[in-house]
Amino acid sequence: MMNILVVLENKNSSIHRMSLEAISGAQQIGKECGLSVGILALGEKASVLAAEASQYSVEEVLSVENENLNSYTADGYSAAVAQVISAENPNYVFFGHTYQIRDYVPRISAKLKRPFLNDVVSYTVDGDKPIFYKQSFNSKLVSELQTSGDGPVLVSFQSAAYSAENIQSGTASARSVNVDLDASAIKVTPEEPFQEEAGGVDLSSADLIVSIGRGIGKEENIPLAQELAKVIGAELASSRPVVDSGWLPSHHQVGSSGQTVAPKLYLALGISGAIQHVVGMKGSKNIVVINKDPDAPLFEIADYGVVGDIHEIMPRLTEALQS
Amino acid sequence: MKICVLVKQIPGSEATFNVNTDGSWIQESGLPFEMNESDIYALEEALQIREKMGEGDVFVVTLGPDRCQKTIREALAKGADRAIHIKEEAPYCTDPLTIASVFTQVISEENPDLVLSGLQSDDLGFGQTGVLIGEMLGMTTATLVVATEIQDGDIRVKRELEAGWFQWQTMKLPASLAIQSGLNTPRYPSLKGIMTAKKKEIRTVSFDELKNVNIQQSFKKLSVQRKEKQTEMIEGSVDEIVGKLVNVFKNEIRII
Ligand SMILES: Cc1cc2nc3c(=O)[nH]c(=O)nc-3n(C[C@H](O)[C@H](O)[C@H](O)COP(=O)(O)OP(=O)(O)OC[C@H]3O[C@@H](n4cnc5c(N)ncnc54)[C@H](O)[C@@H]3O)c2cc1C
Ligand SMILES: Cc1cc2nc3c(=O)[nH]c(=O)nc-3n(C[C@H](O)[C@H](O)[C@H](O)COP(=O)(O)OP(=O)(O)OC[C@H]3O[C@@H](n4cnc5c(N)ncnc54)[C@H](O)[C@@H]3O)c2cc1C
Repeated sequence: MMNILVVLENKNSSIHRMSLEAISGAQQIGKECGLSVGILALGEKASVLAAEASQYSVEEVLSVENENLNSYTADGYSAAVAQVISAENPNYVFFGHTYQIRDYVPRISAKLKRPFLNDVVSYTVDGDKPIFYKQSFNSKLVSELQTSGDGPVLVSFQSAAYSAENIQSGTASARSVNVDLDASAIKVTPEEPFQEEAGGVDLSSADLIVSIGRGIGKEENIPLAQELAKVIGAELASSRPVVDSGWLPSHHQVGSSGQTVAPKLYLALGISGAIQHVVGMKGSKNIVVINKDPDAPLFEIADYGVVGDIHEIMPRLTEALQS
Repeated sequence: MKICVLVKQIPGSEATFNVNTDGSWIQESGLPFEMNESDIYALEEALQIREKMGEGDVFVVTLGPDRCQKTIREALAKGADRAIHIKEEAPYCTDPLTIASVFTQVISEENPDLVLSGLQSDDLGFGQTGVLIGEMLGMTTATLVVATEIQDGDIRVKRELEAGWFQWQTMKLPASLAIQSGLNTPRYPSLKGIMTAKKKEIRTVSFDELKNVNIQQSFKKLSVQRKEKQTEMIEGSVDEIVGKLVNVFKNEIRII
């Protein structure tokens, strides 16, 4: 019997970084609230992941193998995990908030008719119960979430809510569990994952980056940003809407679906600071943010901030740097 | 092909939010409202599928108060055939399961082949609604969809995975797809579209009458994000700001 069950995701035959963060969060919350922790590995690599997980300080590691789970499908994974949850009946089920989690965990929520608190960033303890918080309204506000009713609560954690480095090592017992999953339950045929042809710039090794967001306004303004990048020898990067609008090719995109960067300077022009962008650049040594909105969430991780109009500042800055 | 598109109205990303004194919600007066970004792409994808097939019925469903009429008219002006407005007055429900079950009741009467929703709303950001509806209606589901191809009886979709990876999957219809931004070029309403939108049907139903499940999740309290990092704010006239930035680049970050 465990109170918190952490479900692992497989990434290249090892545990996804964000699942490790969820284990770390579970250990911390478990300790503070007196809740025991178990781990679930499933899919083709379940035994490999379970072996890795058994080195952590948790009660038990469960693994589920079934030929219908060899390739990921939302149909298969939601059915299998829902069955394990029903059988084990934990108070909480934790996940890292990965793309795969977005894809199948709401299905479990609908099957079990129990809430899914997604993208949680922190918690506080009330008596012996954790209370979870998530960001809302373009990351400008934080909301305290409240749940009711009996049965498991599903929770996924935002990237870096907990640090994988804080995981406590130990030993855990192993148990293999069966699920009842017929091939006919899977109405989706996945093909092999592939990488889109890589573009010209490898931003991950860039030392200096000038990055533009939707605040750049229109395609005709892109050359102004290119000039600024050129005078300081920086690469040009962008947020997703700039790529979505077709103003820059996709290999310029920084963020969870683009590149992860860690330059000495990340100069952000007209970028609001959504978490999907922030995960790609928060490791930058110096973050300089120019935004006309003083409440833009990106200021929260800025080393230097300017509240102002990039259309006024950018060309003048280029000029000043040229001389 | 019958396609249902979920279109939500949200406060614009540049809005300044003030929390009510009791922390229960935001003060809405004076906020700019607009169509949720990924919903714009979902609607465009539905219109393009209808155009490719040469026939079809695209209807939008919106949940929210009266102000959402503006967003509904915009969707009709872009080319949706009709709309269903599920009316809800404040205080709003924030339980995705309850909301999805209400949508499900409205959608199941229509029996669509496809339900398209945005991947995530920019205000509450649960990113669950489309998937919950799919499960509740026994449809196949996919999220992070960046391309679609209709094949007879099936749909093939391209999904975005993490860090630049993608995957195609073929799914049985009916399907519920949560659409990622950027997969098409959304159109603007034409003048003719705006004129004909005025005559299109908007059916109204009441949220409270359909709300029949236990609400198990809610927002207890909203607060402003705490700041963790020390930021040095650079202020002054444009010239002063530029001068100070150059100084930071030269003497503090030392990149020039
Ligand atoms: C699953 C998923 C994956 C995603 N992946 C990514 C990703 O990899 N990368 C990514 O970037 N996003 C990603 N997104 C999108 C992300 O959620 C945000 O929508 C996006 O980052 C917003 O980009 P932005 O800051 O440029 O635009 P906005 O949020 O619209 O912000 C524009 C900013 O510009 C400012 N501004 C406007 N005009 C001016 C001016 N004249 N001067 C100064 N400032 C101005 C505004 O105040 C505002 O803060 C993803 C979303 C999801 C759901
Ligand atoms: C204070 C407050 C204000 C609200 N204001 C509105 C409002 O202005 N307009 C409104 O429609 N609802 C409103 N709601 C209703 C409701 O809270 C949300 O729709 C619900 O919580 C779903 O969460 P989400 O938007 O984060 O869903 P997500 O799962 O993140 O949304 C994913 C997609 O589902 C679809 N979707 C989700 N909600 C709706 C919806 N309401 N209508 C149509 N499609 C939807 C969209 O395609 C969206 O991109 C409000 C709620 C509160 C508490």
